[in-house]
Amino acid sequence: MDTIAEIPKEEYILKCTSACAGCSDSLALRYVLKAAGADTVLVVPACCTSVIQGIYPNTAFKIPVYNIAFGAAAACASGMSNAFRAAGKKTNVIVYAGDGGTLDIGIQAMSGAFERGTDFLYICYDNEAYGNTGMQRSSGTPLGARTTTTPAGKTDAKKDIDAIIAAHDPPYMATAAAAYPQDLFKKVQKALTFRGPSFIHLLAPCPPGWRYSTEKTVEMGKLAVKTGMWVLYEREYGKVTIGAQSKAAMKKPLPLEEYLAPQGRFKGIDAKTVDILKQRIAKNFAKLAAEEAAP
Amino acid sequence: MKKIATGNKAVAEAVKEVRPDVIAAYPITPQTEVVEQIAEFVTSGEMKSRYIAVESEHSAMAACIGASITGARTFTATSSHGLLYMHEMTNWAAGARLPIVMANINRSLGPGWNIWAEHTDALQERDTGWLQVYVSTVQEAYDATLMAFRIAEHNDVLLPVMVNLDGFLLSHIMQPLETVEPGDFIPPLHLPHAIDVKNPAGYGGLTGPDQQFKFRWDIERSMRDSVKVIEETENAFAKRFGRKYGFTDDYRCDDADVIVVAMGTLGKEAEVAIDLLRTEGIKAGSMRLRWLRPFPKLHLKGKQVVVIDRDYSFGRGGILATEIMAQTKEEVFSVIAGIGGQEVTYEDVADFVRKRKMGTEFWFGVNSHV
Amino acid sequence: MFEIRIHSRGGQGGVTAARLLALAAIHDGKYATAAPFYGAERRGAPIVSFVRIDDKPIRIYSQIKKPDMIVVLDASVMDVVDVLQGLKTGGKVLVNSQQKKEFPGFSSGHVDLTGIALKENLVVSGSPILNTPVIGALAKMGIVSTESAKKAIREMFSDERNVKAAEAAYREMNA
Repeated sequence: MDTIAEIPKEEYILKCTSACAGCSDSLALRYVLKAAGADTVLVVPACCTSVIQGIYPNTAFKIPVYNIAFGAAAACASGMSNAFRAAGKKTNVIVYAGDGGTLDIGIQAMSGAFERGTDFLYICYDNEAYGNTGMQRSSGTPLGARTTTTPAGKTDAKKDIDAIIAAHDPPYMATAAAAYPQDLFKKVQKALTFRGPSFIHLLAPCPPGWRYSTEKTVEMGKLAVKTGMWVLYEREYGKVTIGAQSKAAMKKPLPLEEYLAPQGRFKGIDAKTVDILKQRIAKNFAKLAAEEAAP
Repeated sequence: MKKIATGNKAVAEAVKEVRPDVIAAYPITPQTEVVEQIAEFVTSGEMKSRYIAVESEHSAMAACIGASITGARTFTATSSHGLLYMHEMTNWAAGARLPIVMANINRSLGPGWNIWAEHTDALQERDTGWLQVYVSTVQEAYDATLMAFRIAEHNDVLLPVMVNLDGFLLSHIMQPLETVEPGDFIPPLHLPHAIDVKNPAGYGGLTGPDQQFKFRWDIERSMRDSVKVIEETENAFAKRFGRKYGFTDDYRCDDADVIVVAMGTLGKEAEVAIDLLRTEGIKAGSMRLRWLRPFPKLHLKGKQVVVIDRDYSFGRGGILATEIMAQTKEEVFSVIAGIGGQEVTYEDVADFVRKRKMGTEFWFGVNSHV
Repeated sequence: MFEIRIHSRGGQGGVTAARLLALAAIHDGKYATAAPFYGAERRGAPIVSFVRIDDKPIRIYSQIKKPDMIVVLDASVMDVVDVLQGLKTGGKVLVNSQQKKEFPGFSSGHVDLTGIALKENLVVSGSPILNTPVIGALAKMGIVSTESAKKAIREMFSDERNVKAAEAAYREMNA
């Protein structure tokens, strides 16, 4: 996937959303919607995106958005997709949910929808905490990160939702990042060509939550990939293809400290935890490389 | 010790004093500062509780149930949709006769998403067997949370207790707070039916039509017995710490011709309306309802009653108005105001009284005939 | 009762300013409440906070409609919000600004809170801290005493630069 994409000019996110300065969520969503086009319904559980749409009577998104309760997005999408397909409609049904609504409260519904082979795309934009409610820890919060409910740093590892989704054997799943919009655009387009469930897990750095200065949002996303904290890859019918940026990182990763240092959420992280994170990066790289190499 | 605190922080401070063994909670606006403050207390070592960051509210209550049945003291907090998501388990907690204490920050229900104050969330729990109290100041939030543990854990009660605070209006407002050291005011918890591997028993298993009703009656019997326990606890609190509470917070009611009944912060702001009306020669009083369950005997005989419901039961009416009329057998002037955090001021309350039409329902912002 | 409305942008500490002010007033022996108004706010959006100070317990929770005083922590908010709305005749306005701003019909004061914060290096995540110096300015205007202002700041913040900034604002505050 190293060709340059033709990004359409049409905007589906209007000006004056309620997003924070430096928000990755809306940055990513802009490209998601460009890739999906007008025949799309977005299903949004409680998350930052619920607020970013704006307040009644206005909405900032130029496609239908169905807001639903926190844990119910995939179940709602399941019903919606079945109804559309029964009526012969090809409308894209896309869940756009945060890590809280995916890894925690939404996991039951998501597992169910995937197990039943629901024809939809589930996108999890991961800011690694409960962003909408003020950055409490989620199971997507990395080890060592400070959140308001882990003031001394999280003592549990980040839940590997990609492995959990992979175990459901979806036709297509991928990781992506707001910092690499071209790559995200192409992956969304590709995902929508498959019938059945697809999953895209995208890293969404959050300035107020991760405590870095708003203009560094893209830089944070790139550092995550270059240090290996986030790996860009696709899994198509179980076959893994690692992205060029992550291949480069595997050969020569940037020191993890370069990613951790600018973020207030990692302030005071001890050397032992940094070591564990580095070991996990190495292990993860090795695992994916082996999967890619496998026949 | 005198401090200043928000309603949420006051709840967390009270919880710190009673030292629960296990806290399981999930964040939701506007409750989040309760759990964040507790997490800070636990991390700093000020609280020795085990804090479980569960993955949903249904799991929060399920975890509290699991902890509570071992004889541990437990606490959780939620709001609105979190409470709704918990609903299966709140029923379970009361049915299992567990003295769990929960702070609920009253917030409206979606769709649309609305984060502001409304009472429908907790009022939808009124059938579950939970005791419910509604507070109106930061100090009251602190005091009521302390007392909730003593009431819940009393042998004649053994039912869970919900302490309700208005979302943002009380949860996020800063007011003076005096903290206390409860000491033996809150005795250690002895749960008679706690799990005991030396005396194994089956809990909550299959129960037939010839037996189940007895357990349900038992809940009601304890709910009725809780009236005396609440009185005794609030009297003991007044004696020990100097602040007196009751089933209602009555203001200038004795010689009143018309009484405003409301809950939460609006019930407190209504007092300002009363003072205003009195200067106009209208003999009004306000009765802030504190305890919703058990529902108390209200002293409203011979008075006109204006009920302000910050809630609604579709197809029936304002929930407080319905419950009050069922008790007094008299018509009220039913005002529906404050839904979804709708702004209601003491001037509006005064106007409800001035323009009251007994036997009618008035939706503030919708009806214009008053 | 004295009612103050504070205008700022999300992330600048406007809510904390209200809490600090209420805490200082309580140390002065008064009753005080502080409340934010939460709209669908996020970092950078205009927000308001309210402070009520009285000699008797405060039983009002609804929004302040007729403030006695307006504080503007971010002057750019004045381009999008009518900060003077409801201000009582003869009311006071305090603006974070380098120059005096005139508000016909009201008395105004100004102080360069941003400059003071930058000078003391009171900056968090790129934003200068305005809520501690503003308490110093409000002490100069007689809303709270200087002792109570410092006591309140020290209770809420461990960094003594906050007190220095408040003292600087007290000195530099121009009526």
